[in-house]
Amino acid sequence: MSMPYYVAPEQVMKDRAEYAQKGIARGRSLVATTYDAGIAMVAENPSRSLHKISEIYDRIAFGGVGKYNEYDQLRVAGIRHADTKGYAYSREDVDARSLANLYAQYLGNVFTHEMKPLEVEILVAELGESQNQNQLYHVAYEGTITDEDRFAVLGGDAETITERVGAAWQADWDLAAAVKAATTALGGPDRALGAGDLEVAILSRINGRRTFRRIDEAELAQLLA
Amino acid sequence: MALPLFPPERDPGPDFVGLLRITSGQPDAPARTLDALTPVQAPHGTTVVALRYLDGVVMAGDRRATAGNIIAHHAMQKVFPADRFSAVAIAGTAGMAIEMVRLFQVQLEHYEKVEGATLSLEGKANQLAQMVRQHLPLAMQGLAVVPLFAGFDTARSTGRIFNYDVTGGHYEDTDFQATGSGGRDARSTIKLGWREGLGRDEAVDLAIQSLYDAADEDSATGGPDLVRGIYPIIAVVDAAGYREVPEDEVAERFGALIARKQAERAQ
Repeated sequence: MSMPYYVAPEQVMKDRAEYAQKGIARGRSLVATTYDAGIAMVAENPSRSLHKISEIYDRIAFGGVGKYNEYDQLRVAGIRHADTKGYAYSREDVDARSLANLYAQYLGNVFTHEMKPLEVEILVAELGESQNQNQLYHVAYEGTITDEDRFAVLGGDAETITERVGAAWQADWDLAAAVKAATTALGGPDRALGAGDLEVAILSRINGRRTFRRIDEAELAQLLA
Repeated sequence: MALPLFPPERDPGPDFVGLLRITSGQPDAPARTLDALTPVQAPHGTTVVALRYLDGVVMAGDRRATAGNIIAHHAMQKVFPADRFSAVAIAGTAGMAIEMVRLFQVQLEHYEKVEGATLSLEGKANQLAQMVRQHLPLAMQGLAVVPLFAGFDTARSTGRIFNYDVTGGHYEDTDFQATGSGGRDARSTIKLGWREGLGRDEAVDLAIQSLYDAADEDSATGGPDLVRGIYPIIAVVDAAGYREVPEDEVAERFGALIARKQAERAQ
């Protein structure tokens, strides 16, 4: 009879974390920041149809980095959760916090109980009535949830990018300034990113009930100019 | 509450009604056990119209809900935005109809968000037909819902109107349609006044005239309520999307119509 190898739980978790981090680091990053009229999300994404940023509900947006099929499944689950809740109760009762908690629970569960952790990081952004009520929930691959109110960075080189955004960040900058700074931070000193390399969407207080809006390439080129 | 994730074989896709069926069993088969012999006396909404004009469609509905000979509600809303480029108006049992509209609105938005693309206007009309058809058992017990659906077809750049019966049958009308208890009267008025290439203001005036005539003939249709200041709701859907005509403008146009009628009588 063969005995199964004993592997220390610390080692298992370490291996899984390493595996997930490697997967996430392969993908490109995403920056979300508040600006004077809402929240802007900027992701490095050359694809026009496989989105990293999406609408969840009236005031809630989703951002995902890592493995596309995994975060896309979470995106759809988020829309389902929000729409069912809004239909059963009222549109005002749908909030980002409860959704971010669900994501955290799910990611945490998969991380501890499944063979393979999910190679994703998730951002749930909620537009507040005023700028200091904006919420950015950052959920990591193992279910750690952090709550930011200025900006959040997801993906591979998050630490360096965070430093760059942090240095440039201003409380009342406008959309163009925010998008420009996010783009520079994503590209770093060596790479200049253009409108074709980016996916940008905003949650804006001036958009009516559904505050989410994608910024197309032409408009983005103007913002970056 | 857990995150609504499904294995591939049970995944409802972009279908919100299908999703509700899996998660709660809700809007499927409501109360088929109602005693068929007890007629239910619930508020009914009446008379909605839609007509095509040069840039899109105009949709209008009176504000009265009746339960038998009682006026149940003076200021009911019967015209709703379905999504950015379409509108839905309802006649029939108010409670059921408003719930159907709510579900329809969520269904369209849900599809748009999950798929990242909007349904075609015809696709939206078919979705509504399925909802009306599912409602047939209740319609047989006197709780019928008969919607009218209209929108701006962005692919063809024109307004289109769809008319429904209780079985979910839906028929496209090229120019105009009216439904509900005063629908016949409203339709006659529109038929006399409609021509190809109507302008927006003319179309709104024609809708107002048709509701006025319907209220004149049909006791279940409410006319303009000058005392409370309640006027029909009128919506316009064109290339810029759904917009309601401001209440002041509707009041003004009704005022002009009434002044014209009075002048005609004085002669």
